[in-house]
This record gives sequence, structure tokens and C-alpha cells, in this order.
Amino acid sequence: MLHRRELYTAFRVSIPVMMGYVIIGFAFGLLFVSYDYAWYLATLMSIFVYAGALQYLAIGMINAKVGFFDLAIASLMVNLRQAFYGLSVLRKFNASGLFKPYLIFALTDETYALLTSVPEKQGLSAKHYYFYLSILNQSYWVIGTTLGALSGGIIAFDTAGLEFSLTALFIVLAIEQYKKINSYLPFIIGAVAATVAYSLLPMNRMLVSAIGISLLLMFMLKRQIEGQSGAINDG
Amino acid sequence: MMDNLDILIAIIVMSLANFATRLFPFLFFVSREPPAFIIFVEKTFPPIIMTILIFYSLKHINLNVVPYGFSEISAVIVTVLIHLGLKNYLVSIISGTLFYMMMVQYVF
Repeated sequence: MLHRRELYTAFRVSIPVMMGYVIIGFAFGLLFVSYDYAWYLATLMSIFVYAGALQYLAIGMINAKVGFFDLAIASLMVNLRQAFYGLSVLRKFNASGLFKPYLIFALTDETYALLTSVPEKQGLSAKHYYFYLSILNQSYWVIGTTLGALSGGIIAFDTAGLEFSLTALFIVLAIEQYKKINSYLPFIIGAVAATVAYSLLPMNRMLVSAIGISLLLMFMLKRQIEGQSGAINDG
Repeated sequence: MMDNLDILIAIIVMSLANFATRLFPFLFFVSREPPAFIIFVEKTFPPIIMTILIFYSLKHINLNVVPYGFSEISAVIVTVLIHLGLKNYLVSIISGTLFYMMMVQYVF
């Protein structure tokens, strides 16, 4: 019961995330050991915390020796957006059985993006596909982190610009989302929210602020959004 | 600086907080028939967050100094055009990324 077809499909879908996660994980590991912390702590963090933005932020907080309570509050705030991710995959995960706790734990920005945007193939076991996709993505992150932490600046090669693969992934997924929803309003809401958060609010809060603004706009424009996508679906 | 034990505790604290945020919606909405507003969020939020993540992943751009974000903006356009033309998301991502790497390593 290996479900090889699900594994193969999940692997193909996960390749863009692999490029992004290995590089960003590598950079995290490299940065972590540059403060003389043990390499395996970086690996443990990538296994048990598994949240990119939070892990980068944690290096600074560990250096500053902040209290555990502050650390907990900061973690909750930084990852607040992911509470909304769960909301939109509730029904997808309902029939996942024993995989469900891990699927919830591993719901990062990129895994969420793939789960909600890439059309699922007919005839595949959904829960196995979700599980493979989630664990493959995390394995890229853990492998990247460990390689970066172990190499500790020994390896030098020019990877400048490789981080654009994550941007490109989001662009492609946004285009696929457009084909599904048939309404341009969500994209305008996202762009307006991001621009306002970028220009008016503190940079380190950009993501949380943008999400807050966008939720506000989304509920204010609920009727227009539903009218737009509904009208096109009916016609 | 923290010692190894402190960092281990920090990792446990962060992992619990992180799992709590991801678990939150699953604890509060367990019914089989989700309310209409969840269906609305499920449909509308993904394209919104995708757009925000595009901007967020490009937030390091400085529009006030040369080359005024030219590499990023042109790489975004290249990625969009290739995806609209070829409709293969791996090809779009790889060529967009290679284009961007070429821009930052050789052009500017």
C-alpha cells in the first residue's frame, strides 16, 4: 500500500517548492550556525517548528535571549495568517483520517498554495496525495537547513536570484486561481492590501497587516465578489 | 545568547505556538456542513493571499535606486507571459527564475 502514483504526482507538483525550500532552508542553516549554535538545533527547528518566517525571526530572538512568553506571543502573531489557511482547507482535510494531524502541522504558505491551486487528478487517493505533498515539502526544508548548517560557509557558489522561484510559484498559482474564480476583485484586494501594508505600516509586520486589511476588504466587498463570480458562472 | 537547553525549550515553545495557529480553525469548525461564510472564505481567500505573497516575496525591491526594481518587474512579466503562452507551471517557474538570476548576476 505504498500508493506510488500519489507519490509520483505529489513529487512532480512539489518540484518548484523543492527549489525554493532547499535554498531558503540552506540560507537559514547557514545563518543559524554563524552565531555558533550547534548545527543539529537548526535541523530540530526545521523538523518541529517548520515555519520559514518564524525561524528566521527566532534567530534574532534567541540572540537577544527573549523570554519564552514573548517567544510564544511572537510565534502566534507571525503565524496568525495560517489560521485562515486552515479555514479554507477544512473540507479537503475532513476525510484524511490519521494523516490529518500531520497535514495540519505541515500547512505552510507553499504547501497551502499547491493544495488549493493545482487541480487534483481523478482516481488518486486524496489523503495520500496530500500527505506525500506535505512531507516531501518538509523534507526539502529539513534537508536544505541541515546542508546549510553543516556546510557553515565552506561551500561558495552563486545562487543569487534563486529565491525568485518562490515568487514565480505564487504568480503561476495566482493565474490558476483566476481561472477557477472568474473574478478579478480578490486580486485587486490582495494588491491593495499588500501595497497599503508595505507603504504605511512597519515592514516586519507587512504580512500580518496585509492579511488583516484584505480580510476587512473581503467582507466589505462580499456581495460584489459573489455577484461577479456568480454572473460569469451562470452565463 | 542562549545555551543549548534554552534553545531546545525555545524550539518546543515555538512548535506548540505554531501548531496552535494551524490547528485553530479545525478545532472550532468541525461540523460536516460548513456555514456559507466558510465556503465564501474557502473560495475567495486563496487568490487574495496568493497576490499578497507575490508582493511579500518581492518586498526587498527598492524602487528609489537604480535599477528601480527593473529585474523583478521584468521577471514577473516574463513569468506571466510564459505561463499564459505555454500553460506548464514547471516551465514557467524555471524559466522565470533563470531569467531573474541572469538579470541579478550579469545585467545589474
